[in-house]
Amino acid sequence: MRKLKIDVFVFFLIFLTGAVAFAVVHKMMSVQVKNGQIRTSPTFLSKIVARVSYGDQVGVSEEKGEWFKVAVTGSRKAGWMHSTSLSPKRIVLKPGAEDVRQAADSDEIALAGKGFSQQVENEFRQRNPNIDFTWVDKMEKMTATQAQIQKFVKDGGLFLEGGGI
Amino acid sequence: MKTYNGRRFFLKTSERVCHGLLALLLTVVLGYGCETLDSVTSLGKTFAVQSGVVTDSQAQSIIESGKAVAKTFEDFTPEQEYYIGRTVGAMVLSRYEPYRNKRANIYLNVLGQTLARASDLPETFGGYHFLIQDSDEINAFAAPGGLIFVTRGMLRCCTTEDSVAAVLAHEIGHVQHKHGLQAIKKSRITSALTTIGAEGAKQLGGENLARITQTFENAISDITQTLINNGYSRSFEAQADAAAIMIMERAGYEPNALMAMLHVMKGKLKPGGIDFAKTHPSPERRITWIRKRIGQFKSVKPHTIRQSRFSNALGGI
Repeated sequence: MRKLKIDVFVFFLIFLTGAVAFAVVHKMMSVQVKNGQIRTSPTFLSKIVARVSYGDQVGVSEEKGEWFKVAVTGSRKAGWMHSTSLSPKRIVLKPGAEDVRQAADSDEIALAGKGFSQQVENEFRQRNPNIDFTWVDKMEKMTATQAQIQKFVKDGGLFLEGGGI
Repeated sequence: MKTYNGRRFFLKTSERVCHGLLALLLTVVLGYGCETLDSVTSLGKTFAVQSGVVTDSQAQSIIESGKAVAKTFEDFTPEQEYYIGRTVGAMVLSRYEPYRNKRANIYLNVLGQTLARASDLPETFGGYHFLIQDSDEINAFAAPGGLIFVTRGMLRCCTTEDSVAAVLAHEIGHVQHKHGLQAIKKSRITSALTTIGAEGAKQLGGENLARITQTFENAISDITQTLINNGYSRSFEAQADAAAIMIMERAGYEPNALMAMLHVMKGKLKPGGIDFAKTHPSPERRITWIRKRIGQFKSVKPHTIRQSRFSNALGGI
């Protein structure tokens, strides 16, 4: 009888652990944008609860249309991200020789800072001092806040569906 | 006694069922665990070696294997697309001065970034950003990655916020379909990714840096030639118009506004001009294929608040 109780207990323990494991780690993905945003629900009109950076790894537990429910590895950040901000590849931020070798053999690894990169832009700018990047840098700072977009959508009788949801 | 035997039988059976389920669960969980373990081992192995260089022969073998060589524009990472877009943007800005009107540019960014969220590519490496250019020419450009430029002349073809949305959504369509990257000659793509394969070291140096920068310059030139001088193919323009209609519908804008804008543009374009007249199919042709998608043009009364904020921001354009 005692043995049965232990078995039942172990059974439920393993069942629960398994269920949690499957719920949390459906698949791993990497943030492929410079500034990633995690939201409370799968829509661009929902609140941003956390921010993630290029190369951060997230575990996907659920998919809803073009949105993934994610949890950031090694942190308590969790919520929804749009699929276009994530890559199934593992992004290596400071790739060494071995990473380059591995990337050559695999479609599952992407190398950050390789190819057309900041270093190449710097070299291009040295060669072409007449090309001015001042306004490109200014443009990149022109970003509407979440509150501005919410108000703009609401006041204008707009909505966001399809790709955004 | 009978009851006791029945209880014993029940207990024994339960025990067996439990063992069976336990075994099944352990198999599933351990099986899953093994898969995870494999990827962890692979990760560990990769992260373990972060330094050193690839020897010439190794680099040669990477190149010869062909695996490091991109086959299409799609092999560029969003990060590389971003750096291409920044330089294309700088080239466009060397041709047209920015329009230094903060209110107008903020309005364009709030509108454009709202529309981008309704596209099939709402997130790019550096995000979408919009800038008005101080030119009477009727023109608009989308650099890869989401830097979008619109001239004052183009905005003068727009009589409503919905029409401005149509212009921006068309440009977002070019970004979404990566039309800019597709203007790069295939030989450059092969050359760029061959050099990446041969890099090995953490930083590019000497000959490789010079080679990839030259390839970069050529790629930028391919894109700007297409954007400014030759224009995209008709099929790319039709794709961008289709994307514009989809984005507008998803965001709640009136897609007829695209035709309304083209009607105004038709009256303003000068034959032989070096702007949209040179790089785009005629407004008439575009109206024909748009009509096939959304039906005959219908004049729609502008939304009051949209019209008011449009006039406030772009009334003096």
